[in-house]
Amino acid sequence: MFSKMMVPVDMEHLEAQHKALQVAADLARRHNIEVVYVGITGIAASSAAKTPEEYAKDLALFARQQAEQHDIATSSEALACVDVAADKDARLLQAALDCAADLIVMASHVPDVADRLHLIGSNAAWLVRHSEVSVFVVR
Amino acid sequence: MLTKGWVAAAAVCMRLSPHQYTVADGGQPHPGVRKLSEDNLIETLEQVYDTDYEVGQDNVEALGLEMHNPVFFASAALIVLFVSLTLLFPESSRAMLEATRGWIINTFDWLFLSAGNLIVLFCLALIVLPYGSIRIGGDAATPDYSRASWFAMLFAAGMGIGLVFWSVAEPVGYFTEWAGSPLNIAGHTAQARSAALGATMYHWGLHPWAIYALVALSLAFFAYNKGLPLTLRSTFYSLLGDRVWGRSGDVIDIVAVLATVFGLATSLGFGAMQAASGMHFLFAAPAGLQTQVAIIVAVTAVALISVVRGIDGGVKLLSNINMLLALLLLLFVILVGSGGNFLANLGTTFSAYLSYILPLSNPLGRADSAFYHNWTIFFWAWWISWSPFVGMFIARVSRGRTVREFLIAVLLVPTLVTGVWMSTFGGNGIEQVQAGVGQLSAGISDSSLAMFQMLQNLPLAGITSLLAIVLVLVFFITSSDSGSLVIDTITAGGSTSAPVTQRVFWAITQGVIAAVLLSLGGSAALGGLQAGAVSTGLPFTLVLLAMAVSLLMGLRHERTLLAAIELEPGAPVPGDNPLHPSGQTAVSGKQIPRG
Repeated sequence: MFSKMMVPVDMEHLEAQHKALQVAADLARRHNIEVVYVGITGIAASSAAKTPEEYAKDLALFARQQAEQHDIATSSEALACVDVAADKDARLLQAALDCAADLIVMASHVPDVADRLHLIGSNAAWLVRHSEVSVFVVR
Repeated sequence: MLTKGWVAAAAVCMRLSPHQYTVADGGQPHPGVRKLSEDNLIETLEQVYDTDYEVGQDNVEALGLEMHNPVFFASAALIVLFVSLTLLFPESSRAMLEATRGWIINTFDWLFLSAGNLIVLFCLALIVLPYGSIRIGGDAATPDYSRASWFAMLFAAGMGIGLVFWSVAEPVGYFTEWAGSPLNIAGHTAQARSAALGATMYHWGLHPWAIYALVALSLAFFAYNKGLPLTLRSTFYSLLGDRVWGRSGDVIDIVAVLATVFGLATSLGFGAMQAASGMHFLFAAPAGLQTQVAIIVAVTAVALISVVRGIDGGVKLLSNINMLLALLLLLFVILVGSGGNFLANLGTTFSAYLSYILPLSNPLGRADSAFYHNWTIFFWAWWISWSPFVGMFIARVSRGRTVREFLIAVLLVPTLVTGVWMSTFGGNGIEQVQAGVGQLSAGISDSSLAMFQMLQNLPLAGITSLLAIVLVLVFFITSSDSGSLVIDTITAGGSTSAPVTQRVFWAITQGVIAAVLLSLGGSAALGGLQAGAVSTGLPFTLVLLAMAVSLLMGLRHERTLLAAIELEPGAPVPGDNPLHPSGQTAVSGKQIPRG
């Protein structure tokens, strides 16, 4: 049904994505879907890594661990941009096109009062609205 | 509705090396881990800046927002406190803050001027020293922006508005001895003309840009080369080590936030008054409080859209548009204004800059107190108090340039552009005074109208004046936008991934402060807080001098480290980022093994 799955990963909040990562790995193993873990980072230090290069390394290591842990084929794609907060959504959409993913599996929090206060919704909500491929939002 | 600025985003996001793994790769060492040789010099060197501090470790996360404790909360509380005090006692707080500014400017004049001179020499020295070849972001880093967009953004943050407002008023003011003249040169003379252009150039030339360049380079270097958080305190890591994450760092960041917020908000307030009086002058539009508040609301609203669209869809786009508009106005005034005199004015400006730069940089035995204190030292305090903001923004967009390229571009190019601009507008203004044409010939009545009074005596005055107002408003929008970005990054402890909502908060805060001050306290309240913001120039002068020392230590360390990596047997060749794994583990196109 699907051949390539993109899983956006927020390396700064990995623990919050545990369930989505598990779902993605299960789907990948059961249906032989290749997984691309995509991470977007800023050009300055973040809580995940001190430099974009270090971020890329960590994400690659993460993809490798997922491959070994779940017995699936994985790859990683780290992207750095100047204004990560503003450009993240568009970069993820572009990354899905670039890696020819036909499925996106990603985590999103349960909408709460913050979402109503924010002028902009979650990354997942934006991708659902703009992506041409199926998006599986895991809560 | 606010829409996300995703259209232009694709251009600047760079692709880091991709990695592909299958289970078949098991057993290979992780490609990014460099094997250390027996000689652990590199390891020892790297440990110097290898802090355990993690970006965001002091941050409080609530409602999806990310706030540094205590920088965010202390800044917010102090903003409320200062605004309340100013509104409760507008006259006495203004008197107090303006007296503070006056005392600082008159007592520490020598310090401001000497520090400015030292910073210019420091930046010029870095251009020629071997440190110039260090690349911001490491050898493999590439610039995120084209040169044209980069230059446009340099003006967007801190100087654009001033260039429009002062390019006529300042030289004409000197020429007519409106508020002191440089070196007490008698007005309305040939010498006064060249001194007026030279002194204006001095105030807007190498010195302010060197101050901005020092802060920007320090921030960029420690953030992108040393992996420290993108916040002011990081620039002192060479001197203070891990103590920068404590109270001393908090104080530096909080003062930077306050100087930026109040500097921007009061500029927005005064700018609204000036724009309103400009519209009144041009179109007889009412210039009252309602118009002024409407201008603040409009500027803030557009800034909000720009903020949400991000740097590429917002500030960069607006800066590029504004550069084109400014170029249009400049070419128009060159062609229809003094025409053939343009080259003569340009020559006068730069030759006068060269001949007056030393006497004007002299801090000792100055007899021209009115000019020296009211103009030069005021400007110096102003540039320095704005340097955290402008420096942070420039740092944000300058990764991938070498130190040399960065300094040449930030010091010399804006100085040249400013020279062309000032000689065109100032030259025309002075010519009108000399010829007895228009309102300027009677001297400066209202400094914010000088530009319009000059344009009025040229063809198509309605269109060019409107263009000038649009230029000012767009520069206000880019300042508000870039300011929100900077304040947000500092108050999030250097994190650049905090949600855009936080920038929206800061942009609204600036607009609200400006509108409230203007409505309830009038220009007394604005003037008071602005004096307070400028007064932060004094502590920041000392901060800047320490920053220069810290930066030099950091650059020396980087050079030693690069040399050690180069000498290491089997080390990656320079230019090849050691952190970039080679292609050996990429298994693109490989069959996926089935488990």
